[in-house]
Amino acid sequence: MAELLRFRDDAVPAEPAVTVDAFVEQSNALAVRIEPGDDARKLIPFLDRLRLVEVNFPVFGDGRGYSAARILREHGYSGEMRAVGDVLVDQIAYLQRCGFDAFEPDEPLAAEDVEKALARFPQAYQQTTDGRIPIWDLRHGTAHG
Amino acid sequence: MYQYDQYDQAMVDARVAEFRDQCQRRIDGKLTEEQFKPLRLMNGLYLQLHAYMLRVAIPYGTLSGRQMRALADIADKFDRKYGHFTTRQNIQYNWIKLEDAGDILAELAKVEMHAIQTSGNCIRNISSDHFAGAAADEVTDPRPYAELLRQWSSFHPEFSYLPRKFKFAVIASDTDRAAMRLHDIGIQIVRNEAGELGAAFYVGGGMGRTPMIAPCIRQFVPLDQLITYSEACLRVYNRYGRRDNKYKARIKILVHELGAEEYTRQVEAEFAHLLEQGIEPPFAELARIRTFFEDPAFEAGAADELDRSDPDFAVWADRNTHPHKQAGYLSAVISLKPVGGIPGDATADQMRLMAQLAEDYSFDECRVIHTQNIVLPHVRKADLYAVWQKLEASGLGTPNLDQVGDIIACPGLDYCSLANARSIPVAQRISERFAANGKGETLGELKLKISGCINACGHHHAGHIGILGVDKKGVENYQLLLGGSEAEDTSLGKITGPGFSEDGIVDAVETAADVYLAQRQDGERFLDTYRRIGMEPFKEALYG
Repeated sequence: MAELLRFRDDAVPAEPAVTVDAFVEQSNALAVRIEPGDDARKLIPFLDRLRLVEVNFPVFGDGRGYSAARILREHGYSGEMRAVGDVLVDQIAYLQRCGFDAFEPDEPLAAEDVEKALARFPQAYQQTTDGRIPIWDLRHGTAHG
Repeated sequence: MYQYDQYDQAMVDARVAEFRDQCQRRIDGKLTEEQFKPLRLMNGLYLQLHAYMLRVAIPYGTLSGRQMRALADIADKFDRKYGHFTTRQNIQYNWIKLEDAGDILAELAKVEMHAIQTSGNCIRNISSDHFAGAAADEVTDPRPYAELLRQWSSFHPEFSYLPRKFKFAVIASDTDRAAMRLHDIGIQIVRNEAGELGAAFYVGGGMGRTPMIAPCIRQFVPLDQLITYSEACLRVYNRYGRRDNKYKARIKILVHELGAEEYTRQVEAEFAHLLEQGIEPPFAELARIRTFFEDPAFEAGAADELDRSDPDFAVWADRNTHPHKQAGYLSAVISLKPVGGIPGDATADQMRLMAQLAEDYSFDECRVIHTQNIVLPHVRKADLYAVWQKLEASGLGTPNLDQVGDIIACPGLDYCSLANARSIPVAQRISERFAANGKGETLGELKLKISGCINACGHHHAGHIGILGVDKKGVENYQLLLGGSEAEDTSLGKITGPGFSEDGIVDAVETAADVYLAQRQDGERFLDTYRRIGMEPFKEALYG
């Protein structure tokens, strides 16, 4: 099994992830796996019982998972968001900005490379859901909190 | 023009360090070419037929003298003493060594430039009207909005692995000088009946193998929702754009397959959601950016007369200038299309001269035009003769703006690994032919555009006359198209019939030009005559 890189303090959810369609139908399912073509919005009515979202990247160049993660975060999902599959060190900072807080790459990543990649860019131009203050807020002091 | 603050500079510096690291990992063999490819492509580094090519971003085509000089120095130090200005208002260097890429980016960063997102399936350099801030017909300078979009699209975490590349153009006048409706998103800044500025969004245009003219999906987006609306357009595309076939992956195919109405419905739903997310920069940010684009200190009461006593100068001034909003000023176009030359190429020394002219005569500013020429946007009429003399002495005084010699051509098979045929030699021969027969001036406005493959980097669909190079059983063959336009009367050219050999296509262009000369009525351009009489008379002359 691939190594899990995790930026959360809570316990790792042990439930097996099911498909989006299965999750919607099974009222006791707690973990889901989103494939690139799935509509993440189908999960919005069930965020309360959701403990783990796995987003699969069969190839790193398929960027649909970035939108899926952000949509769920924008709707208030606060549980674990895990990127699995072809997850490379060069994408990890963008994934984090879109709301991923756990990574399970096919090929293990060197811890120092990950640290370097996440620290590389001092700021960001966009407002996303990762809590970073965008450059325009820093410029104008309009940041709240 | 826009100047970086500490935040902009820190972002570019971080990118230099990151890319240096990626190049080193490749050189050390820690990355395979397959792994390195998407990384270098996100930074404008292509592997072409003979060497690496580096594409440098020139946001909305605007350059200071210092920046143009830095481009010249890079050409001298790292390339073969020249560079190639592109149809995306960028510059490309064709003979780059991988070992030098990090150093080149560091040189660029010193003058607030970079190669970020000049390739890859991400949002590319934002293009705009090359006469922005100078043209009398604009409702406002479009560049502050282009700059706002530049920042928003730089390192966008959600939209860096789109189905395919994504290009924005922003204009602010009814006259379209930026081929706005042939972009993935074209934005026209407009004024509504209440006198407020807003943005009309045209989505799903493009050239390539399936050319399409973008439909307007919203007439008026308030300026304080510009980024949010763009984000909605991109999110729908990122989620639903096709990824099964790279030739059907551009947003134009999504808009076409869903229909503009359904695409718009989805965008509006996403937009309503995103408005609640607070992702729009505050208006103060737009106001801050605008301060960089205020008018330079024009001389009030500058002489409005041109001294036309030198006839060669008069010809150039009539042909290569554009009216300015300020009395006593003109925008002057420097043609990078000398007779028989390579369209868009400039030597390092020529770049230095253009930098000097920008500094001395145009408030330290020049612009790259998507037609692969350079503009000095703000020249006093009283200085124009001096400017022309210096250009003329350096081979930059060709008076052929928008004429048949002002050809757009892609690099073609001389450089590009995607090409099926050479473009540059065809452009050179056509340019020489019309210089020799003296018809160029008589023909007036005639926009000729050449692509060496179906990807249409040379905009052949949008040429009054377009040429598409194809491979026909191992031999280069050239299709002829007529009737395209990239202006506000956007249209796509139609193929005349069977293709021509390299010799044959030069003759065919002259034949088509002769049909126009024989048939034209008062004041008609080639395009007008074609639209009036249709394809038949041309076909008859070409194949009859």
